Amino acid sequence: MSLEELKASRAGVKDYRLSDRIRYSTGRAWLLSYLKKYWGRLTLGTLFVFISVSFGVFIPRQVGSAIDDLKASGVSDESIFRHAAAIIGVSLASGIFLFLQRRTLINMSRYIEYDLRQDFYAHLQRLPLEFYQNYRTGDLMARTTNDLSAVRQIVGPAIMYSEQTLFRVLLVLPLMFQISWKLTLILLLTMPLVSVTVKYFGQQIHVRFEKIQEFFSDISARAQENLTGVRVVRAYAQEQAEIAKFDELNQQYVERNLDLVRLSALFRPLMMFLIGLGFAVILFYGGRQTARGEISLGDFAAFNLYLEQLIWPLIAMGYVTNLVQRGTASLKRMHEIMAIEPAIKDAPGLEPVPEIEGRIEFRHLTFRYKPDGPPVLSDINLVIEPGQTVAFIGRTGSGKSTLMNLVPRLLEAEAGMVLIDDRPIGQIPLKQLRESIGYVPQETFLFSETLAENIAFGVRTATPADIEWAAEIAGLAGDVKDFPQGYQTMVGERGITLSGGQKQRTALARAVIRQPKILILDDALSAVDTETEERILAHLRGIMRDRTSLIVSHRISTVKEADLICVLDNGRIVERGTHEELMALGGEYADLYERQLLEEELAAS
Amino acid sequence: MAEAAASIHEEEQLGKLYDVATARRLLRYLYPYRRLVMGALALTVVINLVRQLGPLLTMWAIDDYIKPAALGRLDLEVAFQGIALLSAAYLLSLAVTLGIGYFQDVLLNTIGQRVMYDLRDQIFRKLQSIELAYYDRNPVGRLMTRLTSDVDALNELFTSGIIEVLGDIVLVAGAMGMMFYYSWELSLVSLTVIPLLIAATAWFRRGARAGFRLIRTKLARLNAFTQEHLSGAQTVQLFNREEKALAQFAEINAEYRQANIDTIFYYAVFYPLVNLISAIGIALLVWYGGGLVIQQALTIGALVAFLQYTQRLWQPIQDISDRYNVLQAAVVASERIFKLLDTPDRIVSPARPQLPARGARAQGQIEFRHVWFAYKDQDWVLKDVSFVVEPGQSVALVGHTGSGKSTITNLLMRFYDLQRGEILLDGLDIRLWELRKLRENFAVVLQDVFLFSGDIASNIRLGNQAISDERIEWAAREVRASSFIERLPEGYATRVRERGAGFSVGQKQLISFARALAFDPRILVLDEATSSIDTETEQLIQQAIGRVMAGRTSIIIAHRLSTIQRVDQIIVLHKGEVRELGTHQQLLRQRGIYYKLYQLQYKEQARELSEMLGD
Repeated sequence: MSLEELKASRAGVKDYRLSDRIRYSTGRAWLLSYLKKYWGRLTLGTLFVFISVSFGVFIPRQVGSAIDDLKASGVSDESIFRHAAAIIGVSLASGIFLFLQRRTLINMSRYIEYDLRQDFYAHLQRLPLEFYQNYRTGDLMARTTNDLSAVRQIVGPAIMYSEQTLFRVLLVLPLMFQISWKLTLILLLTMPLVSVTVKYFGQQIHVRFEKIQEFFSDISARAQENLTGVRVVRAYAQEQAEIAKFDELNQQYVERNLDLVRLSALFRPLMMFLIGLGFAVILFYGGRQTARGEISLGDFAAFNLYLEQLIWPLIAMGYVTNLVQRGTASLKRMHEIMAIEPAIKDAPGLEPVPEIEGRIEFRHLTFRYKPDGPPVLSDINLVIEPGQTVAFIGRTGSGKSTLMNLVPRLLEAEAGMVLIDDRPIGQIPLKQLRESIGYVPQETFLFSETLAENIAFGVRTATPADIEWAAEIAGLAGDVKDFPQGYQTMVGERGITLSGGQKQRTALARAVIRQPKILILDDALSAVDTETEERILAHLRGIMRDRTSLIVSHRISTVKEADLICVLDNGRIVERGTHEELMALGGEYADLYERQLLEEELAAS
Repeated sequence: MAEAAASIHEEEQLGKLYDVATARRLLRYLYPYRRLVMGALALTVVINLVRQLGPLLTMWAIDDYIKPAALGRLDLEVAFQGIALLSAAYLLSLAVTLGIGYFQDVLLNTIGQRVMYDLRDQIFRKLQSIELAYYDRNPVGRLMTRLTSDVDALNELFTSGIIEVLGDIVLVAGAMGMMFYYSWELSLVSLTVIPLLIAATAWFRRGARAGFRLIRTKLARLNAFTQEHLSGAQTVQLFNREEKALAQFAEINAEYRQANIDTIFYYAVFYPLVNLISAIGIALLVWYGGGLVIQQALTIGALVAFLQYTQRLWQPIQDISDRYNVLQAAVVASERIFKLLDTPDRIVSPARPQLPARGARAQGQIEFRHVWFAYKDQDWVLKDVSFVVEPGQSVALVGHTGSGKSTITNLLMRFYDLQRGEILLDGLDIRLWELRKLRENFAVVLQDVFLFSGDIASNIRLGNQAISDERIEWAAREVRASSFIERLPEGYATRVRERGAGFSVGQKQLISFARALAFDPRILVLDEATSSIDTETEQLIQQAIGRVMAGRTSIIIAHRLSTIQRVDQIIVLHKGEVRELGTHQQLLRQRGIYYKLYQLQYKEQARELSEMLGD
């Protein structure tokens, strides 16, 4: 491990502290930090909005003057033409800045969306096993898709439209006051009505929308599970039952949505009504003023046009409120995840340790999944020297996998209970720890990439020769020869085109290619036939001579060559020794062995 | 590497789109709700006609009351009364619009929600019937996009799309009617900018359409990547892959961002352009209409009304971009949905399903006759495989991994259809069976046990309500799953999380055995299932399997001789061919492949046994 890499791993520590800060702040502050990053664009965009609106508000004035000119006697065609040309010129200038504002502000929102997604994903990647046992993938997916896009609406369209509204109102109002302050004041009486409506509906809609979003997560999760488990569904002819279950959720989803609609449907017509009220006021009061000659007919027309110019901003306010309400609900859901601090992480200021030798010690190790739960492992004491192979055998649920998970810190034991090279593993940088471990889990997970990419998954660079070497060790090379595309064969979403055994051997090759100091096989060859398994184990013995191997298995044939065999029962090591010693002990292991022998005997008979 | 990854995630480019066909098909989804649609339509027409009143009332107010009064030709009191009356009429029209608008919105959304329900239902059903090979080709993330985002994109179409476009048409037609009524000359002049608008819209259409397509493709890729890397988060962490995965993610994420930014350009140009064209229209009105007023060919009130009408006229046309946005998203989404829905179900029940003489519940006789099968092209996984299993008999499939054992069970249940030869159940080709009846005869324990979120009982029963709680408990007892289940605080009601997280592989297998037993199948299929269970648990299950097998035809894939020794027949597969066939003893005597397999499994133990016995 180079110094640069170690520095990089320390950089990770800093990130954790960032998430610490996030935890105590609100989601809004979190989002604001992204806006700050783009303050230059935001400022420029705001300026563009201002300029665009400034030009736009001249149009009603021009139209009004033209109408007044018409009344005046001896008006020339030329002066009317000048008014017409001015309208076009002002609109062109306004349009150019309208173009620029969208390019600046909406593009910015896409950059922020990118950053948010990047950080959200990076954060998810840091969260431990326990987190993924509590949150369904479908739920997390909903947060990275629907919620993220709702959040983007806040920093994009919502900002742009708010600014348009703000400037429009600020610039139009003085012009209206200039014509008739009385009429403007009366018009302003209807404005608060609009605000009140927007606020009330916004809140109500927000609450219901949030519930619907939650429900949507459930639906996605349910559907996704069905799709992932398609083979079971088909095998048990459960399609109809699955459809019925989905139908129920689908139905409920529609009902909840309609519940929202019954409220939100009032929103737009009510806005239209309130805006129309403004025109009625102009017609009634402005009409009287014009009839009395207090304002000119051109002013009267311009007033109408000014109000027209305010309509869209007022509607946009309602729209923006919705965007913000929805975005806030989504922001909360995203932030909820961001605020979860990775339970397993490096302590601040952790220094890299010398290269790991592979001495593993479990010291009075007791482990519980929940503080008040029953212990899954009790008082495990074991020292494994570098170069040793230790096998663990025991019945289902005896704690073997849990023990294996503790070494690469997929699960976290109490400080000082697990040591590597006499150092509590908490004092070894997580990255360095895991880099020295090759782990082959019980259940294989392959990625939708080529076989070569899956094998080279955990190494920085790998030559084709490296990949072939690893495949050879893992007993996969022969199979690959039969694939028309060799190592470039694509592996299906969950490695579906490979058999269980092939998947396991691919996972083994993935671990082997790292040339790890510590190799952990958690019942990793269960789907591999015995002949292949034997060959693989022989290969492994060759390359693991000065490295540490931990092997969990149910097969005596797999474990009997190990330097030490531990029999686990109910979270305790009940027997330990070599194959011969354990046989001589005549305990659980010998029992197991005898049962397997008995099988053979029966088979031979 | 990125390219290779791209090829699997990238959605196939869709061919040339025929809008009319897609649109017509979308409209068909409205048919079941035609009454609601008619209602919404009627309300739309009424509301848009009422909306025409505003400018008209303004015109009357100006020409008949305001202007004459201002010029001193009309008594001020008379003018005020007139203005008051017209204002009241306007207020009334507003109130009517409010009431109708509400019901219109509720109706439209109801229609939209119902159609979305139908679409989700259809897509989900399709995914239940489409052949498994489709799942091999399409990541779950992509299928989820169909079911969620794509359907949502259609919602807008049905709520604010189609019917509001019709509303806009009424609005435009009404306004134009009014305009032509008062001055056909001025109307024609103000309409001269329409070709400009159409040109701008056409340009926008092309750009935005291409953009949307790209956005969707990139989004699907992004989702597929995220989905996979969240499911495999532990693997990513164990192999220190975080940085690399993040870099890959950044690349896909940036592609998505770029696709969006490229599309924003078209919007950024289109809106100002339309505004400019609209301003030209107003300028023309002022210039030409002003001339008409001077010539006294037009009243000032009519000119003001004209200005308002053109505003109303332009609004819907400007909205075309918004509507187009919605439509565009909807068309792209619906193309994808329809493509899925149109994928033919290759594995379906025959038009006239047959039943063997003794009815749907099979006796359990299975026969493979010269079966050839390849997942792809000519890569034969099975070559000329033939064998017979009599009712109640058990057969073990033995061979190296990849020898084609799993494929045999996949074919038997018609997860895939074979290319040559035939498979018979009770003497009847499985392709002549009704698919559901065929599969109901089987219970399967697969290599990867899949548990659904719910509780333990629901995982044993699945969706079959005919399976009682007593039966579930009985089945669990039979396979000895009851001992660990009953130790759990909530027993059979214990919550099972997504993919059964929290249960060990052995526990999951026990549950899956209980599931198989509860369904009381005629034929039991075990696929390498016993291989990850410790010896003790396995022995418990071996006993149970004996009970499950009794009276049932069983096909078992196992590497373990303990399972195999009890079967009636062993089929040894090698590279897709049946190489040996017979009982355990017969095969041992043959000293062939089976003998070798047997030797490898037990020779060590046999040697030690003889040492122990002092031979």
